[in-house]
Amino acid sequence: MLIKELTELNGVSGNEDEVRKFIKAEAEKYADSITEDSMGNLICYKKGVSSKYRVMLSAHMDEVGFMVTGYDDGLIKFASIGGIDERILPGKRVLVGEKRIPGVIGSKPIHLQEKIERGNNIKQKNMYIDIGAEKKEEAEKLAPLGEYIAFHSVYTEFGDGCIKAKALDDRIGCAILLEILKETYRFDLYVCFTVQEEIGLRGAGIAAFRVKPDIAIVVEGTTCSDVPGVREHEYSTVMGQGAALTIMDRTSYPNKKLVDFMYNTAKNKNIPVQYKQTTTGGNDAGKIQLSREGVVVASVSVPCRYIHSPVSVMNRRDYESCLSLVKAVLDEFSSNENLIESFKA
Amino acid sequence: MDYINILKDLSTYPGVSGREDKLCGHIAKMFEKYCDSVEIDDFYNVIGIKKGKSASGRKIMVTAHLDEIGLMVKSIDKKGFVTVSNVGGVDSKILLAQEVIIHGKKEIYGIIGAKPPHLLTPEEMKKAVKMEDLTIDTGLSAEEVRENVSVGDIVTFKVDPFELQNSRFSSKSLDNRAGVAALLDIMENLTLLNHNDDVWFVATVQEEVGLRGANIAAYNIDPDLAIVIDVCHGQIPGAPKESVFPLGKGPAVAVGPNLHRKYTKKMIELAKEENIPYQIDVEPGDTGTEAWAVQVSREGIPTLLVSIPLKYMHTVIETLSIDDIKNTGRLIARFISMTGNEMEEVLC
Repeated sequence: MLIKELTELNGVSGNEDEVRKFIKAEAEKYADSITEDSMGNLICYKKGVSSKYRVMLSAHMDEVGFMVTGYDDGLIKFASIGGIDERILPGKRVLVGEKRIPGVIGSKPIHLQEKIERGNNIKQKNMYIDIGAEKKEEAEKLAPLGEYIAFHSVYTEFGDGCIKAKALDDRIGCAILLEILKETYRFDLYVCFTVQEEIGLRGAGIAAFRVKPDIAIVVEGTTCSDVPGVREHEYSTVMGQGAALTIMDRTSYPNKKLVDFMYNTAKNKNIPVQYKQTTTGGNDAGKIQLSREGVVVASVSVPCRYIHSPVSVMNRRDYESCLSLVKAVLDEFSSNENLIESFKA
Repeated sequence: MDYINILKDLSTYPGVSGREDKLCGHIAKMFEKYCDSVEIDDFYNVIGIKKGKSASGRKIMVTAHLDEIGLMVKSIDKKGFVTVSNVGGVDSKILLAQEVIIHGKKEIYGIIGAKPPHLLTPEEMKKAVKMEDLTIDTGLSAEEVRENVSVGDIVTFKVDPFELQNSRFSSKSLDNRAGVAALLDIMENLTLLNHNDDVWFVATVQEEVGLRGANIAAYNIDPDLAIVIDVCHGQIPGAPKESVFPLGKGPAVAVGPNLHRKYTKKMIELAKEENIPYQIDVEPGDTGTEAWAVQVSREGIPTLLVSIPLKYMHTVIETLSIDDIKNTGRLIARFISMTGNEMEEVLC
C-alpha cells in the first residue's frame, strides 16, 4: 500500500509533477515501457502473452486545490481548482508551491462578524491565505500569481480500518493500478495515470486516443454520502460495503454487459461489491468512452466520505475489494480473451 | 526560551474549560522551573510564587487563562455518529472537515462532517451550518462508540501547528496559551531582574465560560496589584482598524475604566523609556477579560491588562507573532521589577 506516500504528495490539476515522478519511479519496476505525453499523462505498457487485445486501466493523478490570484497587502487571494465546497475552507491549512510554504485560510473571527455574517456562510471571496507575509511584495515573491496551492493533511489511520487523507480521489486509484502493474496477462495492458481530471477530464481523452483500447476500466475514489442528514436512497455509496460500480453518471454510461460481468465476477468470488446509487458526478470514463470510434468502459470506485476535502475518509477493506475485483476481472479476460470482444454490441 | 516548542506543546495540550486538570499538572511542572513554590488550588488554578527581595509582603498577581474553547458530546446516533455542543464561543462555520479528538474512556479520533454539498438546496448552501447538524465520524461501529464515549465527554480540535513567515505562529488555543507562554517568559526575565514584591503567577481556569478561575484566584490571593494577560484581535481585512491590532507591533496595553489609570500610565511610560514596542487598546467598558472580574474582587484590586494580538481568534488557525509574546514578557517583567521602588510613588 502506497496510500500514505501518494496522498501526501501534492498534485493539483495542471501541476501533477510530484505525483508523476513518484509513480514513474514505482512503475518503472514493473512496466515494459512508459510514455509521458505532452500533457503529462503516464502511460505504462505491460506486454501480454498474446497481445491480441488492448486493455486500458486509468486513474487520475491530480487533486483539487487552489491557485494564487492576487494579494491584499501580505495576504493571498485564491481561486479553487476543481470542485471545492467553500464552506469547508475557513481555518484550513495549506501548502503553497513546490517549497510547501505553510499558510492558513483566514477569515473574520466570530467576534468581529456582523449579525448577518454570523448566520451566513463565509464566501471564498472574503477569505485569504495567510503565510505570515506583511507586505504584498513579500507575498508576491514567495507565492507569485498562478502559484499552485494544496491542502495540508497528514495521512491518518483511525476507527475500524479507516484512513483519513487528502487526495484519496484519486490517489487510491493510482495505488490500485500500481499493484495491478505487477501482474502479467495474455492481453496487452496499458496502465494510465492521467492528469487534469478534476477540471474537466482533460488528460484521459488524449491518453485513450493514444492507447486505442478495446476495453477500459477507470478506477476511482468516489462520493460516499452515507452520513446523518442524508436519506438512504440518497446514499451514493456505503463505506465498507465494497467496490462501487457505476451504472451511469453525468459524463459516462458504462457498458451494461461489462458492468454486469464485473458485478457477477465479484459475487462469484465473494468480493464485496455495490452499485453507486446516484448519477451525480463523473470521471475519466466519460472521455475514454467517446475516444475515436468509441470504447467499452466501466468505472469501479472506492467510496470516499468528505471527498474533495483535506479530510477524505475511506475504508481499507474497500480498497482491498476494489483491487481484488479489478484483478479478478483481468484474470477472467486473460483466461478467456474472447470475453473482451463479447461486450461490444 | 524556546518559544516555538513551548507554544507547540502548550497549544496542542487539551484543556477545555472545566476539564483542565491534566493541563494544570503539565503547566505546574513548567512553573516549577522558575518559581519558589507552585500549588494548584481547589478550582485547578495553577499558582506559582516567586518571592521578592523585600519583606514588604506586597503581592503582584499576574494571570493568564489556560483554558480553551472546545466541544462536548451531546448525543450518539444509532450508527455511531456523535453530535456536539460548544464549550465557550465556537463558530460552527469553522467546524466542517475539522479533525477532532473525543476524550472518552480513551482518546478517539474523528472528523466533523455534515450533509454533503450536492444534497443541499441553494438556500441551505448560503446559510451557516448549525452546530446541531454537524456530526463526528469516528469510523467505529455504534457499539464501539457507545462503549467508549459518553454524553458530556470533551472534544478538542486536532491541529498541526504551523510556523509562518516573519516569526508568525499558527495553532489552536493560542487564546490564551500565548498568555501562559508570556507568564513563563516573565518568570525567566525575572531571574535576571531584581524585584521587591512577591509575584503570584496564576494560570487560571474557566475564563471562556465566565471568568470563573480568575474570580476565585483574585479573592484567595488578594493581591495589591493585578496584571491580566490575554489576547486581542489581530488586524485583518474587513474589520474596523480601531478594534484590531497589527501583529508584530508589540503588546496592546489597555486603557479605560476597567484598568487602573496611574499604573497603566506608568506602564506606558516604561514601554517608551525602554523602547519596548506597544500599542494602545482603548476599552470604554467591559474588556471581556479577567480584568473585568479581578478589578472588583474583595475591596477592589488595581488591575492592568496587556494583550497579545491574535488573528482568527477562536479558530484552529489562531495566528500570532512570537515577537509580541517576547515584548509582553519584557514589558511586564520590567514593570514588576520597578514596583516597590518608583512604584510606591505612583500610588501616593
